[in-house]
Amino acid sequence: MDFPYLSTIVFLPVIGAIVIALLPGANPRRIKLAAAAFTAVSFFLSLALFSMFDRSLDGPQFVEQLSWIPAINVQYFMGVDGLSLPLVLLTTFIGFVAVLVSWNINLRVREYFAWLLVLETGILGVFCSLDLILFFIFWEVELIPMYMLISIWGTGRKEYSAIKFVLYTLFGSAFMLVGILLLYFQAGTFDMIALAGMGLDSILSSMMAAAIFFLIIIAYAIKLPIFPFHTWLPDAHTDAPTAVSVVLAGVLLKMGGYGMIRVAVGIFPETAHSYAPLFVVVAVIGVIYGAAMTLRQTDLKKLIAYSSVSHMGFVLLGIFALSQVSMTGAVLQMVSHGIITGLLFAMVGLVYSKTHERSIPRLGGLVRQMPVIAVVFSIAGLAALGLPGTSGFAAEVITFLGSFGSTMVPGIHIYTILAITGVVLGAGYILWMLRRVFYGPPRDEYNGVPDADKLEKVYIFAFVAVIMLIGLYPRILTDIIKVGIQTITGGL
Amino acid sequence: MIFAIILLPLFSFLVISFVLRPFFNNRPQLSAYTTICAIVGSLILSIWALIAVNGAENHVLTSTSYQWLAIGDTVINIGITMDSLAAIMVVTVSTISLLVQIYSIGYMKGDGGFARYFAFMSLFTASMLGLVLADNLLFLFLFWEGVGLCSYLLIGFWFHKPEAARAAMKAFVVTRLGDFGFLVAIIFLYVKTGTFDIGELHELALAGVLGGSTLTLAAIGIFSGAVGKSGQFPLHTWLPDAMEGPTPVSALIHAATMVTAGVYLVARMFPMIASSETAITVVAIIGGFTAIFAATMGLVATDIKRVLAYSTISQLGYMMLGLGAVGIGYASGHLDGHHALTLGVAVAIFHLFTHAFFKSLLFLGSGSTSHATGTFDMRKMGGLRKVQPWTYVTFVIGSLSLAGIWPLAGFWSKEGILHEAHAYTPVLFWLAMITVFMTAFYMFRAVFLTFHGEYRGGKEGSHSHGLHESPKIIIIPLVILAIFAVIAGWLPVGDFLGADVHFSFFGALTSWLAWASLSFGIAGILLAYIIYVRKLLSAKSIGQSLGPVYTLLIRKYFFDELYERFFVMRFLVDGIFAVFQWIDTYIVDGSVNGIATITVAGGKVMRRLETGQLQVYGLAIFIGILAIIAFLFIFS
Repeated sequence: MDFPYLSTIVFLPVIGAIVIALLPGANPRRIKLAAAAFTAVSFFLSLALFSMFDRSLDGPQFVEQLSWIPAINVQYFMGVDGLSLPLVLLTTFIGFVAVLVSWNINLRVREYFAWLLVLETGILGVFCSLDLILFFIFWEVELIPMYMLISIWGTGRKEYSAIKFVLYTLFGSAFMLVGILLLYFQAGTFDMIALAGMGLDSILSSMMAAAIFFLIIIAYAIKLPIFPFHTWLPDAHTDAPTAVSVVLAGVLLKMGGYGMIRVAVGIFPETAHSYAPLFVVVAVIGVIYGAAMTLRQTDLKKLIAYSSVSHMGFVLLGIFALSQVSMTGAVLQMVSHGIITGLLFAMVGLVYSKTHERSIPRLGGLVRQMPVIAVVFSIAGLAALGLPGTSGFAAEVITFLGSFGSTMVPGIHIYTILAITGVVLGAGYILWMLRRVFYGPPRDEYNGVPDADKLEKVYIFAFVAVIMLIGLYPRILTDIIKVGIQTITGGL
Repeated sequence: MIFAIILLPLFSFLVISFVLRPFFNNRPQLSAYTTICAIVGSLILSIWALIAVNGAENHVLTSTSYQWLAIGDTVINIGITMDSLAAIMVVTVSTISLLVQIYSIGYMKGDGGFARYFAFMSLFTASMLGLVLADNLLFLFLFWEGVGLCSYLLIGFWFHKPEAARAAMKAFVVTRLGDFGFLVAIIFLYVKTGTFDIGELHELALAGVLGGSTLTLAAIGIFSGAVGKSGQFPLHTWLPDAMEGPTPVSALIHAATMVTAGVYLVARMFPMIASSETAITVVAIIGGFTAIFAATMGLVATDIKRVLAYSTISQLGYMMLGLGAVGIGYASGHLDGHHALTLGVAVAIFHLFTHAFFKSLLFLGSGSTSHATGTFDMRKMGGLRKVQPWTYVTFVIGSLSLAGIWPLAGFWSKEGILHEAHAYTPVLFWLAMITVFMTAFYMFRAVFLTFHGEYRGGKEGSHSHGLHESPKIIIIPLVILAIFAVIAGWLPVGDFLGADVHFSFFGALTSWLAWASLSFGIAGILLAYIIYVRKLLSAKSIGQSLGPVYTLLIRKYFFDELYERFFVMRFLVDGIFAVFQWIDTYIVDGSVNGIATITVAGGKVMRRLETGQLQVYGLAIFIGILAIIAFLFIFS
């Protein structure tokens, strides 16, 4: 057996968390450095994985497979393919940056970083698991650190938001667990690759297939989130500490999109096909409704949070247009949104930490006082509104190309055109926000407010570099993603 | 080599942003020199390309293309093509850009954002050149948005002014409304034809493979992008507001180059768009209507830059009309194939070419007057011809050229459009003739208000220490542009573009059309003279006697109110979207919280049953057993 890359990448953060918990002395700097070191190694290992990945093979690579609970045939089964690898890379990147974003945390530092690292392991595990029970365990693991991080280090109605997030997710998980068990009793395995290859659509009765499909997809619909299951998101985002918002928007939501593709559509492509019109309509509602809500917001953080609802609508559209191009676009959109919105939340955090203000009407003219923050915020905003040359454009245009040309859903071009109006609304809310926060006459109360410091500049520029790289050369990811998607659309 | 035309200014942008501004911020002139060197390089390469294209087979130079994306059958390449149309455009763009940059050294002197200004100008020039050279629609769209971004950044250059920040945003969002149609059309075309390549699309359209409603919808979608970019009705509202940017920006971006990208796009896609009679008729009508519609607003504007902005919208309308008229001739079969397709492009691009010179001249001239007076409000100017003789003379030359007076550049190119309009769209032709009259009137109204009479400014402007002529670095570009504003019409642009255009210096004066348009133009100038110099008629009393019409014009037909206050704010943001928000809070989230509340309340009710008293539980067990026994007895 080769070196267990995936286990190392997945468990390094949690080992880091244990080390941090046991680290003698309470020097916060050492704790932060340890957290940065563990997440950085995990990130570099996943970069190595990315370069070693064989782009000509479909099916999972770097597989680790051990029997775990033989009685019910549960395995410790890890592997990545073209679908999951970009998300693993995204997670380790965001995980590392989240540590840097948290550099100024002073409250209960040891616990904070321990939880943050546990969170990363939970998310990575979801993307690497190829056994449904393992997948489900990682899916649930992520809840505990999230609850702690929001309710202890959050702001505003943090307890309410934390419990709402946890209960809402658990509500979905309960259905998913029933779905997974039903699947096991019907198919006799938890092996996701085997399940996807069985053609369960035709083996099971259509009622049973649909029942399992919907039981499973509820959890992902809440996580992504799709309309009308989105209301936990603005609350959780707004009240979470900055780094957690970055992780939440950056990767946590993508667990929903990933689950939809891997588990729901991957195992039941034909069922997905039958119900695709429903999801496409919901996607379009999400895009427009999310954008409309965004235009109504006066809290900077809530505004970005609602823009995620709109952007996740594009992901849903891409997934349920069910063509290779549209789904590749959807995955690229997930990665791109993770970077862009992660950066936007980081920037909101910077603005807030310097000005102690998040209400848009009370901000204004900040470009004079914080030029670097203003420039990077603007770049992130322009990427979010899909300016060509940024990853946002590449992802959106590929999604739209794929969905417009899809033959799987009747009337899809009308839905695609409706979704494209979201791009116009996006320009509206982003530029309006930038204008109100950064432009116009400078305000005296923010005189002397510092700009981004060195460390902050390092990570925000890293974000910008990734946004531009994917935007100018999307093949760096699409060449991998398409291989992973191929196996899924192959079932249609 | 051709790529270098784009890469040089792009490189200049990168150098300024990442080297000069961070490390040499105390020497901002370096950024200007870098920009100018890069653009000189682009200009030389452009002229080389122009000559090479002329000598090349089929008049096309192609370059290698690169694969941008490949998923299954979906392959997207990016590459560039240098043909005669592109060659004319790159030469125009780099020439005007160079002169504007030189002018900017003087105009922007001492501005805190000097380096930033030149960085954006470099990026703009690179994007504009890229837009012109792109060989497929998606790649073109990338630069299309790129110039839009630069326009946004440069309109909002003085971002501390709320009006500038507002105008920048308005420009981006309004043009994006048009780009929505453009993007949909690009995707639609790709799905239908499997290509983004402009040449292939033309072949498909001309062969009739691409036709019917598909072609019409796609052509109208593409045109909607052009409507936004070129400020055509009904997306014209952003362009006058865009005058909040620095004046050289208005000259380069909002007069000579970026706003003409819409016309260029229609010209570039002409064989395809003209294949749909419906689409090309829409182009002609929008163009012809915009020409006169914008001119009416120019009649009453008091800000010299806004007069020029309305004039730009109006002239862009002319160019669209030129394309539309020939296109209608082609689509209706009056003109034969190849000839018609080159003719349409030739008349529009010829006007685009001459307009670029005289309109940027006029904008830069207005900047020069404001350099002295510190204002753009013509009511606070007057009498400047004595202190600014160079500015005055060049401005008058530009105005005469714009008014279409023989033998200046504007005469020739306008004549071409009027001729085609007369042949194929008689109604629009007469609107265009009235526009000729209005154009001459409002331009000379501006000339007389600004340069004649007595100075009405009173207090000194922010730029100035008393009224004075502008420095040489400002005057020299004006003089060069003035020379072009005279001679640009004599250059064989139409022939270069492949159309058979007979140029005859005096022969042009033998047609009745030339005399008709000349007399309309001269009448406009005379009327302005009577009102503003001789004061035989009072502008005020005319305004008063036409009360409601005057109000309508000065309020720009209330389009700003209709779009922004009524549609966007009342109807959308505070209307429908507010309803969404109510639904979100009280119904969507309300039901989530409702379920939680019901669960908690249900728990409270159920909890009462758990009293903790053993006797009660015992009693319940006893009753339960009795019930089971009774049940078994009855049903067994």
